[in-house]
Amino acid sequence: MSTTATSPLPGTPQEPTEALELQATSAKPVTWKIPVLLGALGIVALVFFGLMAPNQAATFGISTGSDFFQLPALQINALAGGIVLSVLMLGLAAYSVYLKTKDRPTPAWVVVAFIVLFAAAFLVWVVGGARTPSISLAGLIAGSVTLAVPLVFGSLSGVLCERVGVVNIAIEGQLLGGAFTAAIVASITQNAFVGLLAAALAGALVSMVLALFSIKYLVNQIIVGVVLNVLVSGVTGFLFSTVMQEDSARFNSPPGLGIIDIPLLSSIPIIGPILFKQSLVGYLMYIAVAVVWVGLFKTKWGLRVRAVGEHPQAADTMGIKVNATRFWNVTLGGAIAGIGGSFFTLVAIDSFTKEISGGRGFIALAALIFGRWNPIGAFFAALLFGFADNLQSIVTIIGTPVPSQFMAMLPYVVTVLAVAGLVGKSRGPAASGIPYVKG
Amino acid sequence: MVRVLKLELRGITKRFGSLLANDHIDVVVEPGQIHCLLGENGAGKSTLMNVLYGLYDPTEGQILIDDAPVSFRGPGDAMAAGIGMVHQHFMLVPVFTVAENVALGAESTKAGGFLNLEDTRRKIREISDKYGFDVDPDALVEDLPVGVQQRVEIIKALVRNAKVLILDEPTAVLTPQETDELLDIMRQLKSNGTSIVFISHKLREVKAVSDTITVIRRGKVVGTADPSAATTELASMMVGRAVNLTLDKAPAQPQETTFQVRDLTVIAPNGTHTVDGISFDIARGEILAIAGVQGNGQTELTEAILGLQDRVAGSVTLDGKELLGRSVKEVLHAGVGFVPEDRKVDGLVGTFSVAENLVLDLYDKAPFAKGISMSPAKVLENANSRIKEFDVRTPAAGAAAGTLSGGNQQKVVMARELSRPLRLFIASQPTRGVDVGSIEFLHRRIVAERDQGTPVMIISTELDEVMELADRIAVLYKGKLVGIVPAGTGRDVLGLMMAGISPEDAAHADNTRTGAAPSGSATSTATAEGGDHA
Repeated sequence: MSTTATSPLPGTPQEPTEALELQATSAKPVTWKIPVLLGALGIVALVFFGLMAPNQAATFGISTGSDFFQLPALQINALAGGIVLSVLMLGLAAYSVYLKTKDRPTPAWVVVAFIVLFAAAFLVWVVGGARTPSISLAGLIAGSVTLAVPLVFGSLSGVLCERVGVVNIAIEGQLLGGAFTAAIVASITQNAFVGLLAAALAGALVSMVLALFSIKYLVNQIIVGVVLNVLVSGVTGFLFSTVMQEDSARFNSPPGLGIIDIPLLSSIPIIGPILFKQSLVGYLMYIAVAVVWVGLFKTKWGLRVRAVGEHPQAADTMGIKVNATRFWNVTLGGAIAGIGGSFFTLVAIDSFTKEISGGRGFIALAALIFGRWNPIGAFFAALLFGFADNLQSIVTIIGTPVPSQFMAMLPYVVTVLAVAGLVGKSRGPAASGIPYVKG
Repeated sequence: MVRVLKLELRGITKRFGSLLANDHIDVVVEPGQIHCLLGENGAGKSTLMNVLYGLYDPTEGQILIDDAPVSFRGPGDAMAAGIGMVHQHFMLVPVFTVAENVALGAESTKAGGFLNLEDTRRKIREISDKYGFDVDPDALVEDLPVGVQQRVEIIKALVRNAKVLILDEPTAVLTPQETDELLDIMRQLKSNGTSIVFISHKLREVKAVSDTITVIRRGKVVGTADPSAATTELASMMVGRAVNLTLDKAPAQPQETTFQVRDLTVIAPNGTHTVDGISFDIARGEILAIAGVQGNGQTELTEAILGLQDRVAGSVTLDGKELLGRSVKEVLHAGVGFVPEDRKVDGLVGTFSVAENLVLDLYDKAPFAKGISMSPAKVLENANSRIKEFDVRTPAAGAAAGTLSGGNQQKVVMARELSRPLRLFIASQPTRGVDVGSIEFLHRRIVAERDQGTPVMIISTELDEVMELADRIAVLYKGKLVGIVPAGTGRDVLGLMMAGISPEDAAHADNTRTGAAPSGSATSTATAEGGDHA
């Protein structure tokens, strides 16, 4: 997909000059990458999800029993639906190619719409080919949000740290630490709220170690992060088998944070359960995303934070205390990830087990990059990963022709594709990962 | 109404380990004056200003404002006291807008800590209108030309009510025209009651704008001077001995053309054309100087010739052989001598000894190597003769090259490159960060290489150097060749060319501006050393 225009051979000056002229006009040239990628995926979709789809109807339930009005279930013929959706995708790809020939970049909405169509086509194909070709769309989406909760908290932690110039690889450790502490404290005090608070403290504590070593002692941030992950995993694993398992009634049976159902609003089809039928942690997630976004981009604090992450020396010469700002931001990020960790033991499952976070801290890191270091972007990226995660479990249950091992790979394939393929050369904070030393 | 402030530095000493950067420096900046700190690179001017600005703690000494001692724990304190600083490397966040950069650290806020950028924009427009800055508060800083970025820095200081403005080598990154504009701005600021501390080593600018000059050498104040003092007098104070600022150079005797560049294009990884279709020739026995403001493709041009750039098109021939597409080693073996622009990064291995650095390109050749073994005796022998020939001040041939002063490091690089028989000599920024004494020496060596019949290409952002060395001058702007003009072309014409204006238009504009008779394009005005540029 790279053209001769971008890499002419030495000694052949005549042939590429015209194409060269074209590119020279814009500082950031439009590449063929996105048009070609979209085109290729569109063709894959047409062949697999369209032409090779089973001629069977796929049923998608939209309403749940408790909704105050019922929408009829959606029935789509997998063959026809697949073809229609892939043709739409190819249309978007063609539009992207057209823009490229006019030397204009593909707008973000085209990529987003393409992803939605691709997911829809995949869904129709997989459900249409299943043994029981019927799933509840409402359940699928609500479940995605649920699975995304710890990812969102984790990626917010990453946003806060990287925006201030510290790479936070320790999100996994912060989630795990939060999960463990929430479980044990809530069990002992028999109070889930105290558990939640303790989780935030535990996450902050892990972060403070990261901050101390990376900011004060200038240890490589990646290495500290990795070591912290191993440390937290080891400590919680040890305490789990020596303390929790010995007396699980006392130490590992936390009271859960129940679902808070807001009457009426929660009965709106599809969005009701997502927005108004969440646990306390779920509501906190929405609040956190909004607060972090407003804080970063609309306040004095945020301006300083971003300056510290982009050009710490400039911030310093303007009288901003770079390292203090970094320390407290990283600590705050840890507290947020800790709350995300409590979701595992106070909401999702009512007890702690070893490695309960299961690598979600790393997915959160990917969500942060895919979301381009923006809290709202990270939120939607986390939702996408949550969706992939949920889809694979539902699809395994209804029984598909695709082996379940392949379906289990789905969240990770989506992660890799998203981060490597679609983000491109997105630019993180310039000083991220670089310690600041005066002078 | 305007509070004017007197600033005094008394006995400031700053030590970094064993290095004495400032040694009991006394400076008094009178209110409403432009006070110049004149000194060579590394004389300790910037260190002194960083002490004044609260970035460094002085080891000894006091800062007095209006005769009262103050102590600054950080730049915040200095700014509160009315001191503003424009750093040599701008302290601007590239991805922020002008307004965000100006607001940073002194934000106008609404209730609850929310930013009030509208208030900042209003202040920027006020200042911008007052001084004719023409700065858009909503432009992204990274999209602005360097000259405008500098104005943003000045606005930052003025918004904070700076009464004393420190400008650290402000003209290093500017074209001559932008420099003139800056000098005007400085005069305007002065007439509005702002004192200015102007740090520079460029005599012409210093003489043009200063009220008082304090000369600093090796961390000490060596005296004060009046701006009407002769250039040679200032130069000798700065250097510590009499210096000859004019280079005695015979007219070039160009022979046949052996080096040709045709349609050379270099594409950066992001797709921009850093070098864009350049063609020129250099004859044997001739110096072609490439002028231009930093970042207009000079680095990429030299790297392309050397074989350090991947995405290149066009043709570069030396003695009829194509150089593009060959490895660096092959290019060197073709007889190219190369002095890179950053000697610390590309020219030397700092932790290697001077002797080892002198054979970096020949270590695998006889007599230094035999089979797989090297001969340390031969390497040392070579080093001693080069050290003598180039007058490298080093404790020993075995001393680490990184410990030498800038001028001596540059001599090592130059000695290595000139020790082989050359078919082409390229020197990029041959005297950057080098003391005046060494500059003289290095320039004479470059001319001597020319007189031996080698084609020489000099890349320099210092117009004085270009005008002094060149037999012909090529000007680069945004990767394109604006034109090639003969030596002796006026400074103003070259300045306009450095802003992308064609040589004909530049000469015309210059003639109409100065009202000079249209007596031809290359009006040979007084050279750098000529004197007052007022």
